[in-house]
Amino acid sequence: MEHVDGNVLAGPLGELFRFDLTTTSGECRHCHDVSVLARAMVYLDPSGYVVRCSSCGEMLMAIVTTEKRTWLDLSGVSGLQIPT
Amino acid sequence: MTWHVGTVVDTKTETPTGRSIVFDVPGWTGNLAGQHVDVRLSAPDGYQAVRSYSIASADSSQRVQLAVDKLPDGEVSPYLVDDLQVGDQVEFRGPLGGWFVWRPTDVGPVQLIAGGSGAVPLVAMARAHAAATSTEEFRMLYSVREPADAFFSSELQSLTNEHFALDWIYTRKAPEGAARPAGRITADDLARLAAPAASNPLVFVCGPTGFVETVATQLVELGHDPQRVKTERFGGK
Repeated sequence: MEHVDGNVLAGPLGELFRFDLTTTSGECRHCHDVSVLARAMVYLDPSGYVVRCSSCGEMLMAIVTTEKRTWLDLSGVSGLQIPT
Repeated sequence: MTWHVGTVVDTKTETPTGRSIVFDVPGWTGNLAGQHVDVRLSAPDGYQAVRSYSIASADSSQRVQLAVDKLPDGEVSPYLVDDLQVGDQVEFRGPLGGWFVWRPTDVGPVQLIAGGSGAVPLVAMARAHAAATSTEEFRMLYSVREPADAFFSSELQSLTNEHFALDWIYTRKAPEGAARPAGRITADDLARLAAPAASNPLVFVCGPTGFVETVATQLVELGHDPQRVKTERFGGK
Protein backbone atom coordinates (compact mmCIF):
# COMPACT_ATOMS: atom_id res chain seq x y z
CA MET A 1 0.00 0.00 0.00
CA GLU A 2 1.34 3.40 -0.96
CA HIS A 3 1.35 6.29 1.50
CA VAL A 4 -1.61 8.62 1.75
CA ASP A 5 -1.45 12.16 3.15
CA GLY A 6 -2.18 14.24 6.21
CA ASN A 7 -5.84 14.75 5.33
CA VAL A 8 -6.49 11.28 6.77
CA LEU A 9 -5.34 12.44 10.24
CA ALA A 10 -8.32 14.76 10.74
CA GLY A 11 -10.31 12.01 12.48
CA PRO A 12 -7.67 10.44 14.74
CA LEU A 13 -6.14 13.81 15.71
CA GLY A 14 -9.62 15.26 16.14
CA GLU A 15 -10.03 12.79 19.00
CA LEU A 16 -7.03 14.36 20.75
CA PHE A 17 -7.14 18.08 19.92
CA ARG A 18 -9.98 20.58 20.00
CA PHE A 19 -8.99 22.14 16.63
CA ASP A 20 -8.26 20.68 13.20
CA LEU A 21 -4.53 20.04 13.33
CA THR A 22 -4.43 19.11 9.62
CA THR A 23 -4.87 22.78 8.65
CA THR A 24 -2.01 23.99 10.84
CA SER A 25 1.57 24.38 9.65
CA GLY A 26 4.33 22.45 11.36
CA GLU A 27 8.08 22.86 11.12
CA CYS A 28 10.14 19.75 10.43
CA ARG A 29 12.90 19.38 13.03
CA HIS A 30 15.16 17.76 10.42
CA CYS A 31 14.97 20.03 7.33
CA HIS A 32 13.05 23.02 8.79
CA ASP A 33 10.47 22.88 6.01
CA VAL A 34 7.20 24.47 7.13
CA SER A 35 4.11 22.83 5.65
CA VAL A 36 0.46 22.32 6.40
CA LEU A 37 0.06 18.93 8.08
CA ALA A 38 -2.44 17.91 5.37
CA ARG A 39 0.50 17.85 2.93
CA ALA A 40 2.58 15.37 4.97
CA MET A 41 3.09 11.78 3.82
CA VAL A 42 1.19 9.29 5.98
CA TYR A 43 1.91 5.57 6.17
CA LEU A 44 -0.98 3.49 7.45
CA ASP A 45 -0.33 0.63 9.81
CA PRO A 46 -2.83 -1.61 11.63
CA SER A 47 -1.69 -0.03 14.92
CA GLY A 48 -1.64 3.57 13.75
CA TYR A 49 -0.02 6.20 11.57
CA VAL A 50 3.55 7.19 10.73
CA VAL A 51 3.75 10.76 9.42
CA ARG A 52 6.73 11.85 7.33
CA CYS A 53 7.91 15.23 6.05
CA SER A 54 6.96 15.66 2.38
CA SER A 55 10.18 17.58 1.86
CA CYS A 56 12.90 15.37 3.45
CA GLY A 57 11.05 12.14 4.27
CA GLU A 58 12.07 12.08 7.94
CA MET A 59 9.48 11.18 10.59
CA LEU A 60 7.42 14.10 11.88
CA MET A 61 5.10 12.21 14.17
CA ALA A 62 3.58 8.83 14.91
CA ILE A 63 0.24 7.87 16.39
CA VAL A 64 0.03 4.39 17.85
CA THR A 65 -3.17 3.16 19.42
CA THR A 66 -3.48 0.11 21.62
CA GLU A 67 -6.43 -1.08 23.68
CA LYS A 68 -5.21 0.81 26.74
CA ARG A 69 -3.73 4.04 25.38
CA THR A 70 -2.76 6.23 22.44
CA TRP A 71 0.92 7.08 22.06
CA LEU A 72 1.52 10.36 20.23
CA ASP A 73 5.16 10.85 19.20
CA LEU A 74 5.77 14.43 18.04
CA SER A 75 9.56 14.24 18.09
CA GLY A 76 10.02 15.36 14.46
CA VAL A 77 7.98 18.56 14.81
CA SER A 78 9.84 21.55 16.23
CA GLY A 79 6.76 23.77 16.33
CA LEU A 80 3.20 24.34 15.12
CA GLN A 81 1.66 27.53 13.75
CA ILE A 82 -1.92 27.53 14.99
CA PRO A 83 -4.24 30.17 13.48
CA THR A 84 -5.83 32.34 16.17
CA MET B 1 -15.62 13.65 18.62
CA THR B 2 -18.77 11.60 18.49
CA TRP B 3 -19.58 8.67 16.28
CA HIS B 4 -22.87 9.00 14.42
CA VAL B 5 -24.96 6.06 13.26
CA GLY B 6 -25.89 6.17 9.58
CA THR B 7 -28.65 4.08 8.03
CA VAL B 8 -28.50 3.21 4.33
CA VAL B 9 -31.46 4.71 2.49
CA ASP B 10 -30.35 4.32 -1.13
CA THR B 11 -27.61 2.74 -3.24
CA LYS B 12 -26.74 3.11 -6.90
CA THR B 13 -24.27 1.25 -9.07
CA GLU B 14 -21.89 3.81 -10.55
CA THR B 15 -19.19 1.73 -12.22
CA PRO B 16 -18.38 -2.00 -12.64
CA THR B 17 -16.56 -1.87 -9.28
CA GLY B 18 -18.12 1.03 -7.46
CA ARG B 19 -21.35 2.43 -6.15
CA SER B 20 -22.78 5.43 -4.35
CA ILE B 21 -24.57 5.04 -1.04
CA VAL B 22 -26.87 7.54 0.67
CA PHE B 23 -27.08 7.38 4.47
CA ASP B 24 -29.52 9.04 6.81
CA VAL B 25 -27.45 10.29 9.75
CA PRO B 26 -29.45 11.77 12.66
CA GLY B 27 -27.51 14.61 14.26
CA TRP B 28 -25.49 15.34 11.12
CA THR B 29 -25.52 19.08 10.43
CA GLY B 30 -24.01 19.11 6.96
CA ASN B 31 -20.50 19.29 5.58
CA LEU B 32 -18.25 21.37 3.37
CA ALA B 33 -17.44 20.23 -0.17
CA GLY B 34 -14.26 18.16 -0.07
CA GLN B 35 -14.57 16.84 3.47
CA HIS B 36 -14.46 13.16 4.40
CA VAL B 37 -15.79 10.81 7.05
CA ASP B 38 -14.22 7.96 8.90
CA VAL B 39 -16.43 4.88 8.56
CA ARG B 40 -16.27 2.27 11.31
CA LEU B 41 -17.48 -1.29 10.84
CA SER B 42 -17.75 -3.64 13.78
CA ALA B 43 -17.78 -7.44 13.53
CA PRO B 44 -19.81 -9.53 15.99
CA ASP B 45 -16.53 -10.64 17.65
CA GLY B 46 -15.67 -7.02 18.46
CA TYR B 47 -13.14 -6.53 15.68
CA GLN B 48 -13.36 -3.03 14.23
CA ALA B 49 -12.08 -1.50 11.00
CA VAL B 50 -11.98 2.23 10.24
CA ARG B 51 -11.51 3.73 6.78
CA SER B 52 -11.77 7.27 5.40
CA TYR B 53 -14.16 8.04 2.55
CA SER B 54 -14.79 11.34 0.80
CA ILE B 55 -18.30 12.75 0.91
CA ALA B 56 -19.99 13.30 -2.47
CA SER B 57 -22.80 15.42 -1.05
CA ALA B 58 -22.32 18.99 0.16
CA ASP B 59 -25.35 20.45 1.82
CA SER B 60 -26.80 21.07 5.25
CA SER B 61 -29.12 18.06 5.38
CA GLN B 62 -28.65 14.89 7.43
CA ARG B 63 -28.32 12.84 4.25
CA VAL B 64 -24.73 11.88 3.49
CA GLN B 65 -23.74 10.39 0.15
CA LEU B 66 -20.51 8.42 -0.22
CA ALA B 67 -19.18 6.77 -3.36
CA VAL B 68 -16.87 3.83 -2.93
CA ASP B 69 -14.65 1.90 -5.32
CA LYS B 70 -13.91 -1.72 -4.43
CA LEU B 71 -10.27 -2.51 -3.74
CA PRO B 72 -9.67 -6.15 -4.77
CA ASP B 73 -7.88 -7.01 -1.49
CA GLY B 74 -9.73 -4.44 0.61
CA GLU B 75 -11.13 -5.20 4.03
CA VAL B 76 -13.95 -2.64 4.07
CA SER B 77 -14.67 -1.50 0.50
CA PRO B 78 -15.93 -4.89 -0.83
CA TYR B 79 -18.47 -4.95 2.00
CA LEU B 80 -19.64 -1.41 1.25
CA VAL B 81 -19.88 -2.05 -2.50
CA ASP B 82 -21.26 -5.63 -2.57
CA ASP B 83 -23.01 -6.40 0.71
CA LEU B 84 -24.38 -3.29 2.40
CA GLN B 85 -28.16 -3.03 1.92
CA VAL B 86 -30.88 -0.46 2.53
CA GLY B 87 -31.59 -0.43 6.26
CA ASP B 88 -28.07 -1.51 7.27
CA GLN B 89 -26.14 0.71 9.64
CA VAL B 90 -22.54 1.87 9.90
CA GLU B 91 -20.82 4.34 12.23
CA PHE B 92 -19.50 7.71 11.05
CA ARG B 93 -17.00 10.16 12.52
CA GLY B 94 -17.04 13.56 10.88
CA PRO B 95 -17.29 15.68 8.86
CA LEU B 96 -13.50 15.78 8.80
CA GLY B 97 -10.77 17.92 7.29
CA GLY B 98 -10.67 21.68 6.81
CA TRP B 99 -7.89 21.90 4.22
CA PHE B 100 -9.04 20.07 1.07
CA VAL B 101 -12.31 22.03 0.91
CA TRP B 102 -14.00 24.58 -1.32
CA ARG B 103 -16.41 27.09 0.16
CA PRO B 104 -19.02 28.91 -1.95
CA THR B 105 -17.58 32.17 -0.58
CA ASP B 106 -14.14 31.37 -2.06
CA VAL B 107 -13.12 33.79 -4.80
CA GLY B 108 -11.15 32.97 -7.96
CA PRO B 109 -10.95 30.26 -10.61
CA VAL B 110 -10.83 26.59 -9.60
CA GLN B 111 -9.38 23.59 -11.41
CA LEU B 112 -10.49 20.12 -10.28
CA ILE B 113 -8.37 17.14 -11.37
CA ALA B 114 -9.57 13.63 -10.54
CA GLY B 115 -8.21 10.14 -11.03
CA GLY B 116 -10.79 7.33 -10.75
CA SER B 117 -12.84 7.44 -7.55
CA GLY B 118 -10.81 10.52 -6.58
CA ALA B 119 -13.63 12.38 -8.28
CA VAL B 120 -15.88 12.03 -5.21
CA PRO B 121 -14.80 15.12 -3.20
CA LEU B 122 -14.51 17.09 -6.45
CA VAL B 123 -18.08 16.14 -7.40
CA ALA B 124 -19.08 17.62 -4.02
CA MET B 125 -17.30 20.85 -5.02
CA ALA B 126 -18.98 20.92 -8.44
CA ARG B 127 -22.36 20.37 -6.76
CA ALA B 128 -21.67 23.12 -4.20
CA HIS B 129 -20.59 25.47 -7.01
CA ALA B 130 -23.84 24.76 -8.88
CA ALA B 131 -26.05 24.95 -5.79
CA ALA B 132 -24.59 28.36 -4.91
CA THR B 133 -24.99 29.49 -8.56
CA SER B 134 -21.39 30.65 -8.21
CA THR B 135 -20.01 32.44 -11.24
CA GLU B 136 -16.39 31.61 -10.36
CA GLU B 137 -14.79 29.75 -13.26
CA PHE B 138 -14.71 26.01 -12.53
CA ARG B 139 -13.02 23.39 -14.67
CA MET B 140 -12.79 19.67 -14.09
CA LEU B 141 -10.41 17.22 -15.70
CA TYR B 142 -11.39 13.64 -14.95
CA SER B 143 -9.08 10.72 -15.73
CA VAL B 144 -10.61 7.23 -15.93
CA ARG B 145 -9.58 3.96 -17.54
CA GLU B 146 -12.60 3.96 -19.81
CA PRO B 147 -15.98 5.74 -19.94
CA ALA B 148 -17.81 3.10 -17.84
CA ASP B 149 -15.40 3.70 -14.93
CA ALA B 150 -16.55 7.28 -14.30
CA PHE B 151 -18.48 8.09 -11.12
CA PHE B 152 -21.44 10.50 -11.51
CA SER B 153 -20.66 10.99 -15.21
CA SER B 154 -24.15 11.97 -16.40
CA GLU B 155 -24.66 14.32 -13.47
CA LEU B 156 -21.27 15.98 -14.08
CA GLN B 157 -22.17 16.39 -17.73
CA SER B 158 -25.49 17.99 -16.75
CA LEU B 159 -23.67 20.53 -14.56
CA THR B 160 -21.58 21.90 -17.42
CA ASN B 161 -22.36 25.47 -18.39
CA GLU B 162 -20.50 28.71 -19.03
CA HIS B 163 -19.01 28.52 -15.51
CA PHE B 164 -18.22 24.79 -15.37
CA ALA B 165 -16.19 22.98 -18.02
CA LEU B 166 -15.59 19.22 -17.98
CA ASP B 167 -12.89 17.32 -19.88
CA TRP B 168 -12.00 13.64 -19.87
CA ILE B 169 -8.77 11.68 -20.01
CA TYR B 170 -9.14 7.99 -20.90
CA THR B 171 -6.12 5.94 -19.91
CA ARG B 172 -6.98 2.51 -21.40
CA LYS B 173 -9.89 2.82 -23.80
CA ALA B 174 -11.17 6.04 -25.32
CA PRO B 175 -14.68 6.23 -26.79
CA GLU B 176 -15.10 5.88 -30.54
CA GLY B 177 -14.13 9.05 -32.34
CA ALA B 178 -12.20 10.58 -29.43
CA ALA B 179 -9.53 12.99 -30.61
CA ARG B 180 -7.08 12.00 -27.90
CA PRO B 181 -5.81 8.40 -27.95
CA ALA B 182 -6.03 6.47 -24.67
CA GLY B 183 -3.07 7.04 -22.38
CA ARG B 184 -2.05 8.34 -19.00
CA ILE B 185 -2.32 12.04 -18.25
CA THR B 186 0.64 14.12 -19.45
CA ALA B 187 1.94 17.64 -18.92
CA ASP B 188 0.70 18.37 -22.43
CA ASP B 189 -2.86 17.39 -21.40
CA LEU B 190 -2.64 19.72 -18.42
CA ALA B 191 -1.28 22.57 -20.54
CA ARG B 192 -4.09 22.04 -23.04
CA LEU B 193 -7.07 21.34 -20.77
CA ALA B 194 -6.40 22.81 -17.32
CA ALA B 195 -6.75 26.43 -16.24
CA PRO B 196 -3.48 28.20 -17.08
CA ALA B 197 -1.01 28.97 -14.30
CA ALA B 198 -1.23 32.65 -15.29
CA SER B 199 -4.84 32.75 -14.02
CA ASN B 200 -3.56 31.56 -10.60
CA PRO B 201 -6.33 28.99 -10.09
CA LEU B 202 -6.84 27.06 -6.89
CA VAL B 203 -6.24 23.45 -7.97
CA PHE B 204 -7.65 20.38 -6.21
CA VAL B 205 -6.11 17.04 -7.20
CA CYS B 206 -7.52 13.78 -5.82
CA GLY B 207 -6.85 10.17 -6.77
CA PRO B 208 -4.47 7.28 -6.27
CA THR B 209 -1.14 8.41 -4.80
CA GLY B 210 0.85 7.85 -8.02
CA PHE B 211 -1.66 9.87 -10.06
CA VAL B 212 -1.66 12.75 -7.58
CA GLU B 213 2.14 12.91 -7.36
CA THR B 214 2.47 12.91 -11.17
CA VAL B 215 -0.14 15.62 -11.71
CA ALA B 216 1.10 17.85 -8.85
CA THR B 217 4.66 17.70 -10.16
CA GLN B 218 3.55 18.52 -13.70
CA LEU B 219 1.43 21.45 -12.50
CA VAL B 220 4.39 22.99 -10.68
CA GLU B 221 6.55 22.50 -13.78
CA LEU B 222 3.86 24.33 -15.77
CA GLY B 223 4.26 27.30 -13.42
CA HIS B 224 1.48 26.71 -10.89
CA ASP B 225 2.16 27.99 -7.38
CA PRO B 226 2.71 24.85 -5.23
CA GLN B 227 0.78 26.53 -2.41
CA ARG B 228 -2.27 26.76 -4.71
CA VAL B 229 -2.18 23.04 -5.56
CA LYS B 230 -4.13 21.08 -2.91
CA THR B 231 -3.86 17.32 -2.95
CA GLU B 232 -5.60 14.31 -1.47
CA ARG B 233 -4.15 10.83 -1.97
CA PHE B 234 -5.96 7.60 -1.22
CA GLY B 235 -3.09 5.18 -1.72
CA GLY B 236 -3.34 2.39 -4.24
CA LYS B 237 -0.80 -0.01 -5.61
